[in-house]
Amino acid sequence: MSTVEATTGTQHGTPGDWFRERISHAVSELTAATALVVLFVALSVASPYFLTADNLFNIGAQTAVIAIIATAQTMVIITKGIDLSVGSVAALAGVVGAMVVRDLGFPLWAATMVAIGVGATAGLLNGLLVTVARIPPFIATLGTMSVGRGLVFIITGAVGVYGLPRSFQLLGNGEIVGIPFAVVITVLVAVGVAFLLSQTRFGQYTYAMGSNLEAARRSGIRVGRHLTGVYVLAGVLVGLGGMIAASRVNSGQPNYGISLELDVIAAAVIGGASLFGGQGRIVGTIIGAFLIALVRNGAVLLDISIHYQQVIVGLIIWAAVYFDQYRRRRLESRG
Amino acid sequence: MGTTPTATADSAQQPTAAEPPVLEARGIVKRFGHVEALRGADFTVHRGEVVALIGDNGAGKSTLIKTLSGVHAPDEGEIRVGGRPVRFATPVDARRAGVETVYQDLAVADDLSVAANLYLGREILRSGPLGRLGLLDKRAMRLGAAAALNELGVRIPRVTTPIAMLSGGQRQCVAVARAIIWATNVVILDEPTAALGVVQTGRVLDVVRRARDAGMSVVLVSHNMPQVLEIADRVEVLRLGRRAARLRADEVTTDDLVAAMTGSTSVASDER
Repeated sequence: MSTVEATTGTQHGTPGDWFRERISHAVSELTAATALVVLFVALSVASPYFLTADNLFNIGAQTAVIAIIATAQTMVIITKGIDLSVGSVAALAGVVGAMVVRDLGFPLWAATMVAIGVGATAGLLNGLLVTVARIPPFIATLGTMSVGRGLVFIITGAVGVYGLPRSFQLLGNGEIVGIPFAVVITVLVAVGVAFLLSQTRFGQYTYAMGSNLEAARRSGIRVGRHLTGVYVLAGVLVGLGGMIAASRVNSGQPNYGISLELDVIAAAVIGGASLFGGQGRIVGTIIGAFLIALVRNGAVLLDISIHYQQVIVGLIIWAAVYFDQYRRRRLESRG
Repeated sequence: MGTTPTATADSAQQPTAAEPPVLEARGIVKRFGHVEALRGADFTVHRGEVVALIGDNGAGKSTLIKTLSGVHAPDEGEIRVGGRPVRFATPVDARRAGVETVYQDLAVADDLSVAANLYLGREILRSGPLGRLGLLDKRAMRLGAAAALNELGVRIPRVTTPIAMLSGGQRQCVAVARAIIWATNVVILDEPTAALGVVQTGRVLDVVRRARDAGMSVVLVSHNMPQVLEIADRVEVLRLGRRAARLRADEVTTDDLVAAMTGSTSVASDER
């Protein structure tokens, strides 16, 4: 027996393994961060407007919405799910938030709560479709995406919600000592969710379910309840993000967030979240969101057409997912 | 072996006869539609023994294991733990009664660390209000995991290593160790070495022996007859949904086991 132990002891404890284990999680994050820096420097050189205070403020606010919703997406992706409904749910939340201010005279904080409630409800619906009706997340949230967008057009008559007080802009365009208020909210959300995922039982179960749902179930985890909880929490963040987006343009826009799901899925995957479940960290997602926002911003500054932006984001998604699969295969071939 | 005809299967249990079996199934019937997988199956495990459960494909091994571990509820019959009748509606019920099961391939969450897997579903939380918020005490779990694995002789580089980075044998050792750590009565291992090489199999069996020596009862489902004879104290044979034989491992050969499984002889334990 002692010889067996001796061989196991030496077989797997090499410094190379230790290093690989340490960086295996951070590899995507480091790659994304490098790309971010390179893009940032390149845009600084390419456009005289890029480093202006106005533009940086704008990037911050733009990143904020993508980052908050990408944070939501990351939680769902970790469970091996996906949420395609984020764009239309954000639009619905923003539109409803704007309507209760305009038509019912709600104060901003109450309207924000309403928007968050709309997101949470949509999240609950997604969660129940996945756990109770057992519809795969891709299809369940595709349905919610369509229903949500339909509702937005029905309640607004496909017309934007205007005529809001200037105070409505606080979330999206307000600032605290020169820092966009939206960025402050984003930092709070990101730190909070990162803490939840890495330090709490809720987070542990989130990774466990995405990694091996059956093992999680047989470990006595009430997977239906927890999975639904993840979708609800994601919905809360999507509602908040939708409200900030509406606040930025001081109106509820029924067309907001079309193909937003692509941006946020890209942000999550670039940052290291695995579509196979079980992996993903908020720090990576924030970097990914920044990268996407920079691509969008840079394309505008360099006068690249919106159609090319779509192509660029698509290419980034391919690259990120390919990299994710490559990493998985390498890890598994070691097993 | 098989040289002591006086020692019958029943006399083999003499030393523990005073204590009721730690886990016992009596007359278990389980039907799936009109297929009767178990037709009054009996099964007995005493404290501190390794019992191999063998049987041909379709004999009902899997169904019996799933009944004992709370995955299936039996249609008829009774399960007793320490002599007390119990009802397992879910695997969680079985675990509460001290019965832990390692399933063939559903054992661990690859992306989680070794420590997180050992404590999955039983996380240690911080004390005080932080714990009530669900805050994990990761340090306590790391230390606990390292100590427990060390005691069972499972060597892995670090308990913070994700399971995905371990070899198949190490992975299975972790899964088995996890069951042993939490079980208070019985550990059920369903084909724990089926996918492993010789050396890795040896390691898993070492862990099983250590657990047995520490007083744990182990049920081992296996198709590997030499392995069964190597590790088990007793063998219970299932055929056509019923117990066909109870044998002492040190008295029989693989041929006897095969004969009992296939029914090519009448019930082997009666002959002896």
